[in-house]
Amino acid sequence: MTHLVQINHIHKTFGNTAVLQDVSLTVQPGEFVSLLGPSGCGKSTLLRIIAGLEHQDSGDVYIGDRRVDGLAARDRNVAMVFQNYALYPHMSVRDNIAMPLMMDRIGLWARQPIVMGWWPGNRSALQEIDQLVRGVSDSLQLSTLLHRKPGQLSGGQRQRVALARAMVRDPSIFLMDEPLSNLDAKLRVEVRNELADLHQRLGASFLYVTHDQNEALSLSNRVAVMDKGRILQMDSPQRLYESPATLAVARFIGTPMINTWEVSLDAEGEFQDFSGSQRCGAERSGQLTLGLRPDHLTVAQAGVFEYSVDRQAQVVVRRCENQGPEWILQLQTMTSPTVGLQARLSNRRLSSVPATGDHITIGWRLADVMAFDHQGHRIDLTWRPPSRMTL
Amino acid sequence: MKTSAHSVPTRDKPPRGGWVPIGLAIPATVLLILLYVIPIICLVSLSFTDYELGALEIRWIGWNNFARITQDAVFLRSIRNTLLYVALVIPTSVLLGLVIALLIHSRRATRSLYEVVYFLPVTSTLIAMATVWQFLLHPKLGPVNQLLLQLGFSSQAFITDPGWIIPTLAMIGAWQMVGFNMILFLAGLSNIPRELYDAAAVDGANGWLDRFTRITWPQLGPTTLFVVITTCISAFKVFDTVATLTQGRGESEVLLYAIYLEGFQYFKMGYASALTLVFLAFILVCAVWQLRHWDRKVHYA
Repeated sequence: MTHLVQINHIHKTFGNTAVLQDVSLTVQPGEFVSLLGPSGCGKSTLLRIIAGLEHQDSGDVYIGDRRVDGLAARDRNVAMVFQNYALYPHMSVRDNIAMPLMMDRIGLWARQPIVMGWWPGNRSALQEIDQLVRGVSDSLQLSTLLHRKPGQLSGGQRQRVALARAMVRDPSIFLMDEPLSNLDAKLRVEVRNELADLHQRLGASFLYVTHDQNEALSLSNRVAVMDKGRILQMDSPQRLYESPATLAVARFIGTPMINTWEVSLDAEGEFQDFSGSQRCGAERSGQLTLGLRPDHLTVAQAGVFEYSVDRQAQVVVRRCENQGPEWILQLQTMTSPTVGLQARLSNRRLSSVPATGDHITIGWRLADVMAFDHQGHRIDLTWRPPSRMTL
Repeated sequence: MKTSAHSVPTRDKPPRGGWVPIGLAIPATVLLILLYVIPIICLVSLSFTDYELGALEIRWIGWNNFARITQDAVFLRSIRNTLLYVALVIPTSVLLGLVIALLIHSRRATRSLYEVVYFLPVTSTLIAMATVWQFLLHPKLGPVNQLLLQLGFSSQAFITDPGWIIPTLAMIGAWQMVGFNMILFLAGLSNIPRELYDAAAVDGANGWLDRFTRITWPQLGPTTLFVVITTCISAFKVFDTVATLTQGRGESEVLLYAIYLEGFQYFKMGYASALTLVFLAFILVCAVWQLRHWDRKVHYA
């Protein structure tokens, strides 16, 4: 088996609520995989099942070549970083980091608090542990903090201690449950970069739970988008953004959210939307949802578009938000019913910023439009010119 | 974290914030002086006199009362008895309270039932309960001795045999305090974050022994200290079981009972005041020990 972690058809219910439904995924050696979804989607439960802290109702978990379903957390050789770090508040940083090693290398009676210091044969094991703790804390710049208690550390330092405690045992996979959510915005980006470095340096596998798509997209090799206990799509960040498999994924990935509007096709595949009438390539009828990313909309300046567009529409400007390097325009179409749209334009592309209430012309390319059927599944559409021109 | 206080450039003005804060502090200060400071001053003054309740004259006799304490066989015995009582009650009621709290903490449906059952003795009047114990431990009629006989042991005079009296009183005292200690430990247990046990499980501390020695016990440190201190102070104050069950028979006097005898049976107020000072000294040692350890050993965020 080449997968490092393989999960097959996991089901889990708490009481009457199904938390996980038929979840399967794999993690390759050295891969950074994120579980991304809104809170309550079951991503943390899945992580806890892999760690051995919860048990699935059905399905199985393999780590390496072993099926680990019957194994306790300690026997799975996984390390976990918790959301609140779960450092032992009564132990020094050194003891926190040493904890997994003491449990692993010293016998049950020999490792009890009072006797551990003088129990025969412990000396060499304790020295070994001390060296490993030093090594790890040097690499995370914790060496000067070893004697402190977690309560005397800053958020970022606690985060590093939790990482050190996970690293010191050289686990087969790191499981991380929203490890950055307790840090302030600036520190979060810093630690995010440290995590990316760490992943490169260690070459270890990470399974990372988050509700923050920026974290997931920027760190991961692959992201599993979860909702309501199911994995909607598991793909590389780029493919999730450019080619979402369902409407739900398209809406979840990307800020600001994708623009969507509904159209109904007649028997020849022709439909009306706020950009006039249009015909799709295949003989198709019924309801469709069209989607267009806000950054695929462009605005005509002095009647000219920056690049050639296939479709155009007149819209009213509702609001302009300055986001620093870019502008987010909240727009509304002049058709009935009206459709709300968002456009994202970098400062350089917007030579004059429109005011609220202005009428402007927007345009886009048909190749950028995604289509979804009434169940929300992505369908491939080609486009033909409409049979008659209407404006 | 405290931020540094603003520096006050001149000190020759009324206190910062005006007179209002001082005015607000006055009622509490007056009560404190009336209820604690003045009585203690009276107590200390009385302890240097030969005042007897109802006596017409009062004489200053210096250290005589305190000199008499060192000769007073009854009072010295009451100190020994009290120390033995405290030494038995603290470990019994603290350990039992802890064990019961650990056992019922993880119960879901039955937890509140057990809480009520173990807490009942705390709410009961000890004097009434002492009468019940008197019956239970009666040499001939009591069920405890009946059981001992059935099991082939000889019956024991728990409340009259000098060798048994203090341990028996200690068991009754512990029985009454276990419920309170258990509630305190339960509160402490609920405050331990669950994810610490998750982290411990991943780190390999899986068995109950590791979980207890690495997480539960250290996390209960402040609770334990508090439980020990309160148990210690209330054990020193043992009085009602002695007053109802033995009335000091069989050399079973304890500190408060000896003071009660001197003051309210023999009306020797001066001497009783001196004894009370000794009692207060014992309590003070407990309190100081608490204050010193509270800030140092068991303190963490």
